[in-house]
Amino acid sequence: MSELSRRKLIVSGLAATAGVAGLGVAASMAQKFGLVPPDHGGIYGLGETLTYASQRLLTRHSLAREFSPSQISKPPFANEIEPPTAEFKRLQAGRFAEWQMSVSGMVERPASFSLAQLKSYPSRSQITMLQCEEGWSYIAEWIGVPLSLVLNVVGIQPQARYVVYYSIEPDWWESIDMADALHPQTFLAYGMNGEELPVANGGPLRLRVPRQVGYKSVKFITHLTVTDSLKRFGKGLGSASSDAGYAWYAGI
Amino acid sequence: MAELGTVGAALGAGVPGTASAAPATTAPATKVPARHSALVRVTHWIATLCFFALLVSGIELVISHPRFYWGETGNDTTATLFKLHIPASRNLVPTGYGYVLPDQNGWSRYLHFQAAWIVILTGLLYVIAGVLSGHFRKNLVPGGCDLSWRTLRTTIASHLRFARPSAAEAWSYNVLQRLAYLFVIFVLFPLVIWTGLAMSPAFVSAVPASVTLLGGQQSARTLHFFITVALVLFLLVHVTMIFLAGFWSRMRAMITGRVSTTGGNT
Repeated sequence: MSELSRRKLIVSGLAATAGVAGLGVAASMAQKFGLVPPDHGGIYGLGETLTYASQRLLTRHSLAREFSPSQISKPPFANEIEPPTAEFKRLQAGRFAEWQMSVSGMVERPASFSLAQLKSYPSRSQITMLQCEEGWSYIAEWIGVPLSLVLNVVGIQPQARYVVYYSIEPDWWESIDMADALHPQTFLAYGMNGEELPVANGGPLRLRVPRQVGYKSVKFITHLTVTDSLKRFGKGLGSASSDAGYAWYAGI
Repeated sequence: MAELGTVGAALGAGVPGTASAAPATTAPATKVPARHSALVRVTHWIATLCFFALLVSGIELVISHPRFYWGETGNDTTATLFKLHIPASRNLVPTGYGYVLPDQNGWSRYLHFQAAWIVILTGLLYVIAGVLSGHFRKNLVPGGCDLSWRTLRTTIASHLRFARPSAAEAWSYNVLQRLAYLFVIFVLFPLVIWTGLAMSPAFVSAVPASVTLLGGQQSARTLHFFITVALVLFLLVHVTMIFLAGFWSRMRAMITGRVSTTGGNT
């Protein structure tokens, strides 16, 4: 019996050591390949890291489902929004002719784009679903310019890992990793269903991230920052919604 | 089966007899094999904790939009399949109640997915170990004669009379129990995982068939809700049966592995 328990002890000791070493290797590999989300700390860090890492590995190049024109929701659904700020109303009064979106951070040529400039690039469209984490959803045609095109214009530096994007409304910002930022369906959308993007749906400019739920698709975009770390932004969790207790990665 | 009057004594006196009929080991005569293996007991309680975490957070998430749809899309402007007549945690939803509950979706989503990961990994361990150890074959797959209409009818009848289980059932599952457990493990759990994943925009971008086969994203959400209801019904029956069979003896069997012999004449 004691012989057996000694053997058991040695075997389980070895297994535990191998397990801890394996976890250590897994953690450093995960860091290296960008599989650790900024909100990986805290009691929900385990689940969050597993979700982000597995979905990032599974979906690096996959395309969000696209639908046929007959599946477009009529009328397009508009979520409730906070009353607009004075600055937004001023720009709206000028039919958004003065709307600017600036790009800064780890880019070769920081720049600012008017809506007219963004519309001068070849436009693309996609019929994708916007699904809110609350449970409702709608399908619309989104017209705009892929974010990757704008990032190519400004030239991202090699160490860039995230794109942080800001709404004109206060305390409304999010970020995505480069896999999503360079994804062909990640759009700076200015049109919907063949028309201008309505203010109720995020017009004049909304960042559409169709492989994540709705709160990652921030409305009224005025600024982008390219960065290698999210630590200096807000509480360092990667977005205003993470600062408010929501997961940074919202692919589920 | 189960004569009510004899059960109390049988539970006490009958068990050691049953135990000695179990495969003989070289262990001392006092050592009775565990009713449930350590792996079954540990995975059972981890799954229990996760199930409650998933249920509480799931209910909380439903409160933010207590409307259900069929097909790909659904929102406040579309027709519902059905709605729950409860207050909501969002202004947006017309509930008829004059107040809005506080938003708790942040931690609910975190907890829901964390508990899902833990229960899925635990479930995988349980299923793999169960196949390798013969747990399913020996303890859960009904024997050929158990599946006869006669046995099924007798077992169903004794359940309908709310008869307390026979002594042998402290050591083995009856045929209805086996079928119910197999159904939960191999049908309801896989379905609830599938319908959950089918709501993930990232997952369905990689595996579109996971949602189209279900009829759309809102159908997946509605099915996820119905399967949860089925799991809750199973839980209610499961807990009721534990009370009927003897709460403390069954709890002890699932916690320590030992079958209760208290109250008997041994």
